[in-house]
Amino acid sequence: MCGIVGLFLKDKALEPKLGAMLSEMLVSLSDRGPDSAGIAIYGAATGNEAKITVQSPKPDRDFRGLDAELAKAIGAPVGVAVKSTHAVIRTTPDKVDAAREALQTLRPDIRIMGAGEAVEIYKEVGLPEAVVERFGVRAMTGTHGIGHTRMATESAVTTMGAHPFSTGADQCLVHNGSLSNHNNVRRELIRDGMTFETENDTEVAAAYLSNRMAHGKNLGEALEGTLSDLDGFFTFVVGTKNGFGVVRDPIACKPAVMAETDQYVAFGSEYRALTKLPGIDNARVWEPEPATVYFWEH
Amino acid sequence: MPATPMSKAEREQGHAHSQASRVFDLSEHSLRELNQALHKLTPGSNETAWEVLNPKGSHSVAVGVDQPITIDVRGSVGYYCAGMNDGAAITVHGSAGPGVGENMMSGSIVIKGDASQYAGATGRGGLLVIEGNASSRCGISMKGIDIVVHGNIGHMSAFMAQSGNLVVLGDAGDALGDSIYEARLFVRGKVESLGADCIAKEMRPEHIELLQGLLDKAGVTGVKASEFKRYGSARKLYNFNIDNADAY
Repeated sequence: MCGIVGLFLKDKALEPKLGAMLSEMLVSLSDRGPDSAGIAIYGAATGNEAKITVQSPKPDRDFRGLDAELAKAIGAPVGVAVKSTHAVIRTTPDKVDAAREALQTLRPDIRIMGAGEAVEIYKEVGLPEAVVERFGVRAMTGTHGIGHTRMATESAVTTMGAHPFSTGADQCLVHNGSLSNHNNVRRELIRDGMTFETENDTEVAAAYLSNRMAHGKNLGEALEGTLSDLDGFFTFVVGTKNGFGVVRDPIACKPAVMAETDQYVAFGSEYRALTKLPGIDNARVWEPEPATVYFWEH
Repeated sequence: MPATPMSKAEREQGHAHSQASRVFDLSEHSLRELNQALHKLTPGSNETAWEVLNPKGSHSVAVGVDQPITIDVRGSVGYYCAGMNDGAAITVHGSAGPGVGENMMSGSIVIKGDASQYAGATGRGGLLVIEGNASSRCGISMKGIDIVVHGNIGHMSAFMAQSGNLVVLGDAGDALGDSIYEARLFVRGKVESLGADCIAKEMRPEHIELLQGLLDKAGVTGVKASEFKRYGSARKLYNFNIDNADAY
């Protein structure tokens, strides 16, 4: 099972409601996966600020005094906004790599959920309602976002096993399905220098995309590659800085439905996820074709 | 005495006659209440017309109905709508999720919009009409059902189809009729590819007559039976071919 959602806004007037709309979509699919949930929200990129979303098993200890220590270590201003077990670290775009490196020494238990100019990623064990509540997702503004609720099949129910998985700067992936050749692909990627946090199959898909893009492919080409190189069942929704993409495996047994109006493009594992969107009764609703890469961008 | 099924004209006016039908609003009552009320119906019941409001993608709407009643579902439904239908005339005024009309025994199901994967799977009888498109695996393992799709159907449709008729006014996706038995497939548009042991067959007068009957039953107008091609089993997989022994 698992439930996935995506929402891409065309109408700027809806941007203050993005978090609320995406939360509603995800919560409606709670019975597709009770184990963990996660959401990636994209705010407008300013070009002079980067965000790193981090998670800690001991947030009180790890986030206290982090802004000052990190600023000193990288020699640039740093802001830290704590949300429960997660924090969003803001700094200048050229200092992201330095900040990642410094975090390894300053706070070795901290895990990086994702980084970029626009994306913030929140994910935890628990039902979608608990997760969106914990991180105040309903109040968040943004241009687009993706979400996932997990029924675990391939690996443990942990925060790090929750989706979305980061695939690069401002890129992340959610997955409904299960991959059968993930161990082999993981071995090949490790040989090529990729590192892994979990035994999870989706993390392999995320790393596969990152790896292909590191070898010069664009995201569309990397997604095309999943059709031949990944064996198993998948509907992937990927978030990018400017929009989102959808691809289903050639067998396409994992469900997917999309809706488009003048105001938005929406994706859901089921139509139920779309029923509360404005104007849905008159939206163009369709099922994405198998083995076809779709993209919507601002 | 069995209840008299409504005529097609009466069904089409169902909304206007809504004071006579029992209205069930799924925003006020649970799905289980609806299905239990439908299951409690006995032959001769006067409650022969039902209307379901606000389905909003709910799963299993009107599953297991076994009385000759009419049900109008106003909106789109999720998984398994009208499964195992045995005698009811069920219309979904919207689209249907995966598995609509799965294992239908008799009666009719009309989907005004699109249907998702495996529509009419394993159906044993009755008529399923999809006025939009159907996606993959339409009519998989069908066993006597008639399916009429006004639009296109997706890949692996009629996989291992055993009997019944699948009529497609539009195009068919990859691997149509893979490992088919004795079901008849009629496609008006193009077929992306045929599955193993499925071949194009001659349209003889009896097929034209059968197809015309199905088109009439499904309310299709302006389309001639002669515009379709027939596909069915080459019957090469029925028996083991000794020349293939080396492969095992």
